[in-house]
Amino acid sequence: MEHEAHNPALLHHFVDAQQQKNAASLGMWLFLVTEIMFFGGMFCAYLVYRLKYFNAFAAGSQQLSIALGATNTAVLIISSVTVVLAVKAAEAGKRKVLVGYLAVTVLLGLTFLGIKGFEYREKFERHHVPGPTFQFTDTFDDNGRQIPVDSNEAQLFFSLYFAMTGMHALHMIIGCGLFSVLAVLAWRGHYSPGYFTPVENAGLYWHLVDIIWIYLFPLLYLISRHS
Amino acid sequence: MASAVIPANQAPKLNYLNNGHSLRSWLLTTDHKRIAVLYLISVTTFFFLGGFFAMLIRLELLTPQGDLMQADTYNKVFTMHGMIMVFFFLIPVVPAVLGNFLIPIMIGAKDLAFPRINLLSWYLYIIGGILITHVMLTGGVDTGWTFYAPFSTEYTNTKIVEAGLAVFIAGFSSIFTGLNFIVTIHRMRAPGLTWDRLPLFIWSNYATSLVMVLGTPVVAITIVLVAVERLFHLGIFDPRLGGDPLLFQHLFWFYSHPAVYIMILPSMGVVSELIACFARKRIFGYKFVALSSVAIAVFGFLVWAHHMFVAGISLYAAMIFSFLSFSVGVPSAVKVFNWTATLYKGSITYATPMLYAFGFIGLFTMGGLTGLMLATIGIDVHVTDTYFVVAHFHYVMVGGVLMGYLGGMHFWWPKISGRMYPEGWAKLSALFVFVGFNLTFFPQFILGYVGMPRRYWQYPPEFQVLNVLSTAGASILAVGYLLPMIYFLWSLRYGPIASDNPWHAAGLEWKTTSPPPTFNFEETPVVTWEAYNYDEIPDKELEAPVAR
Amino acid sequence: MSGQVDALYIYLLLVAGVMTALIFVAVTVLAIKYRRVRGREAQQIEGSTILEITWSVIPFFVMLTFFIWGAVLYFKERTPPADSTEIYVVAKQWMWKFEHMEGQREINELHVPTGQNIKLIMTSQDVIHSFFVPAFRLKQDVLPGRYTTLWFKATVPGRYHLFCAEYCGTNHSGMGGEIVVMEPRDYAQWMAGGPAVPLQETGKQLFATLGCATCHRSDVQGRGPNLVGIYNKPVLLEDGRTVTADENYVRESILNPTAKIVNGFKPVMPTFQGIVSEEQLNALVAYVKSLAQPTPGSAGLQNEPAASPAQTQKTQVQ
Repeated sequence: MEHEAHNPALLHHFVDAQQQKNAASLGMWLFLVTEIMFFGGMFCAYLVYRLKYFNAFAAGSQQLSIALGATNTAVLIISSVTVVLAVKAAEAGKRKVLVGYLAVTVLLGLTFLGIKGFEYREKFERHHVPGPTFQFTDTFDDNGRQIPVDSNEAQLFFSLYFAMTGMHALHMIIGCGLFSVLAVLAWRGHYSPGYFTPVENAGLYWHLVDIIWIYLFPLLYLISRHS
Repeated sequence: MASAVIPANQAPKLNYLNNGHSLRSWLLTTDHKRIAVLYLISVTTFFFLGGFFAMLIRLELLTPQGDLMQADTYNKVFTMHGMIMVFFFLIPVVPAVLGNFLIPIMIGAKDLAFPRINLLSWYLYIIGGILITHVMLTGGVDTGWTFYAPFSTEYTNTKIVEAGLAVFIAGFSSIFTGLNFIVTIHRMRAPGLTWDRLPLFIWSNYATSLVMVLGTPVVAITIVLVAVERLFHLGIFDPRLGGDPLLFQHLFWFYSHPAVYIMILPSMGVVSELIACFARKRIFGYKFVALSSVAIAVFGFLVWAHHMFVAGISLYAAMIFSFLSFSVGVPSAVKVFNWTATLYKGSITYATPMLYAFGFIGLFTMGGLTGLMLATIGIDVHVTDTYFVVAHFHYVMVGGVLMGYLGGMHFWWPKISGRMYPEGWAKLSALFVFVGFNLTFFPQFILGYVGMPRRYWQYPPEFQVLNVLSTAGASILAVGYLLPMIYFLWSLRYGPIASDNPWHAAGLEWKTTSPPPTFNFEETPVVTWEAYNYDEIPDKELEAPVAR
Repeated sequence: MSGQVDALYIYLLLVAGVMTALIFVAVTVLAIKYRRVRGREAQQIEGSTILEITWSVIPFFVMLTFFIWGAVLYFKERTPPADSTEIYVVAKQWMWKFEHMEGQREINELHVPTGQNIKLIMTSQDVIHSFFVPAFRLKQDVLPGRYTTLWFKATVPGRYHLFCAEYCGTNHSGMGGEIVVMEPRDYAQWMAGGPAVPLQETGKQLFATLGCATCHRSDVQGRGPNLVGIYNKPVLLEDGRTVTADENYVRESILNPTAKIVNGFKPVMPTFQGIVSEEQLNALVAYVKSLAQPTPGSAGLQNEPAASPAQTQKTQVQ
């Protein structure tokens, strides 16, 4: 079997680079489907309990900071833009631009995590973390009418809040790690217009994590917000 | 009979087995065939561990009183039996052993799409296995393999979180394997190998992989929620804190029902290969059999609440799930009919793999029909949570999955090891398995209908006779499983050396050497023929070895 | 009913048996008839769409008969007749506690008369259990946090096994008992055998001692809805939904009052979670069910057409 000149990134069990790229792409899409199923279980639990305990969920939601949540949403959307620009830079062979956009994406991701950490701390201080220290005395503000809610039901809201945003944050951390590695590899010249599949596929991963947040934000932060 | 021994001047060349002997070359391999062998060793170990627990169960149930062990111990024993058999044997076995080994070769590829992820899958399985072994050694878990809430979240004192972590990690092994298979089958088929020319083993593994990829993440998140509830005393499933125990059951069964199709579909694929080869003809209704695999995978996701008919779901939900459960029986029946029709005007021989295929058809039919009986809600109310269900699922999982696996192991053993097993002993083992299996589990149908509930450490004396029959059968079954262990190992050293195609079978795997070289083929094949082209393969005498 | 279950079972067995026999015979005959014979080649047959359709459609229709018969039987099994005598069941690790309406309490043994429809209203104190009487061919899971029901009519006197059929921990297999079915005469005798306070009497006393009567008045409109006659009637909630006031609703209202707030009332009712035991809950539920229709003109519930909007306005206190 002769070795024709080929991209050093071509793995030997593939027939050619195109097959490798197609395989990697399909593999990443399939992985994203598994992530959707994974989060899906929690969305299902959320759906069931929101229908059952709407007032408590609304009361809990009203205790979250819309400003911080919306800021984080904007941060993630911008980071998805930088990801797209990074992929375009890779395709165009612009190494420094690529590294730049990858780095900015990581920074934006860390910003997101930082804001999230700040929110979590605030929840901790207000005893809204589920468990033995949980206390909830706020009411559901229904257009001026204050409706008290059951503490256990509110705790369920916060359990799901922490579980869903926590799992999302874990995926963000992994994403930041992934992109940091990519930035280093890009700096070392691993990617070229002929081979930038990892950048593309990591980009897909980042976009999915972004989309999951875009669902989480209204479901968790925007229950019954009127004014 | 033609000898299968190859003359000295054609001694085996460099192949995947002798291409590197160091431990490192095995533990860091990315060769799908070596990974399959690694799985073979680990999966077999867990099978015997699970079987050991089964033996303890059957011994305890010889007498109505709980006299062999304490109730708590018994509860742990049946839980560990279930967990190990389900998560560490039945789900991985055919895909990870036979699928890993054969899929690239059958489609003319050099390896799976992601060989390093394949190795990672094995390591994840091992880590999960180590964790579950640790749990076993430090007290075990006593919730039943179904770990229902709130017992598992609030009431048990055993190591639920650790066991959950073990299953979670093993689950990712499953997800990555499925992902690997789907991409491989889509993207790496040899030139000319169109979807309608694929062996049915590939179709089944493809359908299985869809289920693995879509279903497993749901049980993963369920485990996470149980662990989180247990660790932080949350109320997701606890009614005292506003939670709903039925939500657990829905989330759990949403995966665990499709999981049983992960178990059976690959074995069905094996059976298709065996029947085609030993009847020397193309499977009757190839298209229908191929599509029925996909139909089972899809429908399998729609029926989960048939495990919950008496759990407290609404009347109308129960009726809907009952109807859907019948629908999933149709594609399975279609397969059985097509396999039977394949025998018509075939040229049939009775090598051990074919005996296992026959066994599969009979026992899977019985298991499947009893499944339909369970789908009949009016009956299910009586027999659910009794030994009737236990008998049903053992018929499909042992009489089905395990028979298919054993048939496949015997069929592809020469390809995997380069040696033939002793046919006489193999036929004897098959007989032991068949007789032992029926004697173990048929009485359990009766036990269930007369009212013996499952997971019972002690029982009323009137149930003893049937229990004794069952235990007697189990001892015969055990012999049937131990014998292959012995003679397969024996054959590695003393078995006759196998030729490239001892069965004169169709399929790309038989066009390469036994065992295959590391990269599977000297040259990538170009496929211009249909699957099961037995009309083009000379019908020579099968090369069964002389039994020693 | 058990006879009907057996009849269906026999039908299923017959069909399954025939199917199995057909396959076994077909495989055996074909495997022998078409064994390899030198000189005869296997005949490659692609398939037959007609056959595929036939053997898909016919089994499907056979399965349909399973489904329909099973569903009809199930519907009967799950629909207690209106005239059923109610008995409350509380399951706990690892025993069955029974309370007859007349007040008799039993543990692990349930006495019932023949010829009477019995409806069991069951809940669990801890984990999920399952009430299984093989002789009756009936089973129903018993859940914590809500009621599930099971009904039967015993016809033959005798003692029948009761098993717990949902794994519930250490003594799951020991959590058994007996259903003791007696002729009505003997049953009446047994009932008279010991002093007992009827369940709704216990409930009435609790209603007073726990302070329920303070808000839930039947003379004038109190801070809470009048409970007279609400059982099994629709209730309009303040979020617009309408629910039926069944056992689960009453139970939930006591344990988790803010879950469903009646239209026009404020969410001021405290929860009794942890304050009342399962048996006390059963008594309260029995009491509420026993309250008769309100007399016309009294302050009724908002969902009653008799309540005029003006009256509603007036009762919207502070």
